[in-house]
Amino acid sequence: MTPEPLLELRGVSKSFGGLAVMSRLDLHVDEGEIVSVIGPNGAGKTTLFNLVTGIYEPDGGEILFDGRNIIGLEPHRIAQLGIARTFQTLRLFLNMTVKENVKAAAYGHTKARWWQSALRTRAARREEREVDALAEERLAFFGKRLAGYRMDQPAYSLSYANRRRLEIARATGTVPRLLLLDEPAAGMNPVETHEITELIGRLREVGGYTILVIEHDMHVVEGISDRVVALDHGEKIAEGSFDHVATDPRVVEAYLGAQATSEGA
Amino acid sequence: MPRIGTDEWVSEQELRTEYYSGLTAPARRAFDRVGPGPRFFAFLAICALFPFLTDSAFLIRVGVNVMLFALLALGLNIVVGWAGLLDLGYVAFYGFGAYMYAWISSAHFDVHLPTELAIPIVVAASACLGLLLGLPSWRLVGDYLAITTLFFAQIFVELALNLDRVNLPWRDEPLDLTGGPNGIPGIDRMSLLGIQLDDVRDYYFLLLMLLALIVVGLFYLNDSRTGRGWRASREDPLAAELMTTPVNRLKLLAFAMGAAIAGLTGSIFAAVQTGVFPQNFEVTLLIMIYAALILGGAGSISGAVLGAIIVAAVPEILRTPENARWLFYCALVLALLVAVRPWTRLAVVAGAVVGFGLVVHQLVAWLWPAGVEGETSGGTLAGVLDSWVFLPAESQDTVGNVAFVLLVAAVLWLTTLRGNARIAVLVPTIYLAAFVWENRLVEQPSVTRQLLFGAILVAMMTTRPQGLLGTPRVENPI
Repeated sequence: MTPEPLLELRGVSKSFGGLAVMSRLDLHVDEGEIVSVIGPNGAGKTTLFNLVTGIYEPDGGEILFDGRNIIGLEPHRIAQLGIARTFQTLRLFLNMTVKENVKAAAYGHTKARWWQSALRTRAARREEREVDALAEERLAFFGKRLAGYRMDQPAYSLSYANRRRLEIARATGTVPRLLLLDEPAAGMNPVETHEITELIGRLREVGGYTILVIEHDMHVVEGISDRVVALDHGEKIAEGSFDHVATDPRVVEAYLGAQATSEGA
Repeated sequence: MPRIGTDEWVSEQELRTEYYSGLTAPARRAFDRVGPGPRFFAFLAICALFPFLTDSAFLIRVGVNVMLFALLALGLNIVVGWAGLLDLGYVAFYGFGAYMYAWISSAHFDVHLPTELAIPIVVAASACLGLLLGLPSWRLVGDYLAITTLFFAQIFVELALNLDRVNLPWRDEPLDLTGGPNGIPGIDRMSLLGIQLDDVRDYYFLLLMLLALIVVGLFYLNDSRTGRGWRASREDPLAAELMTTPVNRLKLLAFAMGAAIAGLTGSIFAAVQTGVFPQNFEVTLLIMIYAALILGGAGSISGAVLGAIIVAAVPEILRTPENARWLFYCALVLALLVAVRPWTRLAVVAGAVVGFGLVVHQLVAWLWPAGVEGETSGGTLAGVLDSWVFLPAESQDTVGNVAFVLLVAAVLWLTTLRGNARIAVLVPTIYLAAFVWENRLVEQPSVTRQLLFGAILVAMMTTRPQGLLGTPRVENPI
């Protein structure tokens, strides 16, 4: 018997006005898996993330997380259940320090009420120490890049690549089970891209996260994926191992146009 | 201004070494070594000693005003500085607290609740009103929220003015709820734990205690999950929500806490004044509270308090020309200290200003003897100034006015210059400022007060847009 998938989408549809951006999508991510979502621009990859995290509500279908239907829950509830994401366009809390960015993400699994914090009760102090330790540990995951004096720097002072890393650190600060990474290697140079590939592997090995990742860089996709799902116009056009999907005629057609496939054939 | 993607620690290394060098370095180092706790207690000690150092009821009354302003600014700081919600209806909570206290502690309805009961009721009612008026913040942000909340502030004043004849179906005669334009006089003084608070001095200490408690509470709250949640929702509400923060709930909490503090302040204001009137809660007050917060630095607790001190105390200091003169020259010197670095350059500028003045004074005395015959009136400073700045025998309005326009032009010109050219223009500009001050502005104190205050604000916002004690922020590119 196969174990129940951690995330499962059943026949999920979404349209804006008359434009169907997602039609009857079935997708599942098993515990401990790294699944890549590929597809040309406008294929509905980010919409998929927005549907899973509760920013949009689907018109039809079911989204199950750990066997529980999460449609209609507020985004922060879904995040508290264990789904964290990063953003394609960085959305850090720029005017907060690097460490505070991660600490802010710990809101969902901490309990101190405002009056306990204002009076700094023993429980609040203990929790604060725990959050502090958690943040430092999550930042230490990236080696020296976000540690040391940088922890107390405002997030805006980080370089682009470090801001991308901080996005991932912040997402792990929510103590998630499933990480949704939206183009983690976008805008990075080859060395940094290689580093990200390794990092995603380590996130699973060390952090124990299940990962669903949108990525355009095929080297990254090839390097990390257990399974690849190709989308086009909100539909799944191929699924399977990287080699299988990369050579699928429909995927090639989606990326290069119909002519390319007919010429190839 | 900071730029995204620049490592400040590295880029500011030079500034840091410069900061700890020069004449004021030992003082700076000593100040920075003392933590926020001791600094705060030192501040409290000075405030607590203040009433014993003076017998003047007026000065203590100014102190009470400063603290009322400080509490209001602290409450507003939660909503605007931390949660980032532009709430222009804030003054309504202050007014509501004052009227609420008047209803339950005055002869108006002949209800005289004990203060220990009245204050919690006022605070709870204000917090509830805050929750209610905070609801629009779920759907509206920025300008739209501002305009909606401004409407609440206006409604409050209108209601206070017009709810003096409310017709109720079960009553024969109309009910007088707010006393209309005449307000509600004869409000009870407070009495806490058997201590009757009659004197302004008593309220000074009550306010000081409240201020201390609230500052400590907010200081802890700022560095907690709630404070981080507020700032995260200010920075990027969507990202905050997806990082497990219940943004809408936190917005309401911010509104309720701001309203509770404003309501509490309002009740004390009502007791100090023993009366509430609609004109106490108009939009001008709102602007002053915002000025205090922005001047001190939105988002900073000490900034809110400092801003309140400046906004509430400076206009009082400016009442007499003698004090106004001191303030003017001190502000000038202080501005130079902050703006001109390193200190060698500062010494050059200071020397040049003094020299320039003496030379001009001599020249005028030689070319136009009547031009230096005027005397600056009164005070120790005046004697020194007499041989530096020149004053015509009888005041010449036209000369003064032309100089005033020139001064404005020179200041504007100054902002476009860099390097040595700036220094070269700076020296005559300072002299011109002193000339305009002595010839024109000292003669019209009320105009001077407003002009000087406006000038301080404008200068502040151009040199330090983050406020005196605020941290510089970047705009979110999203």
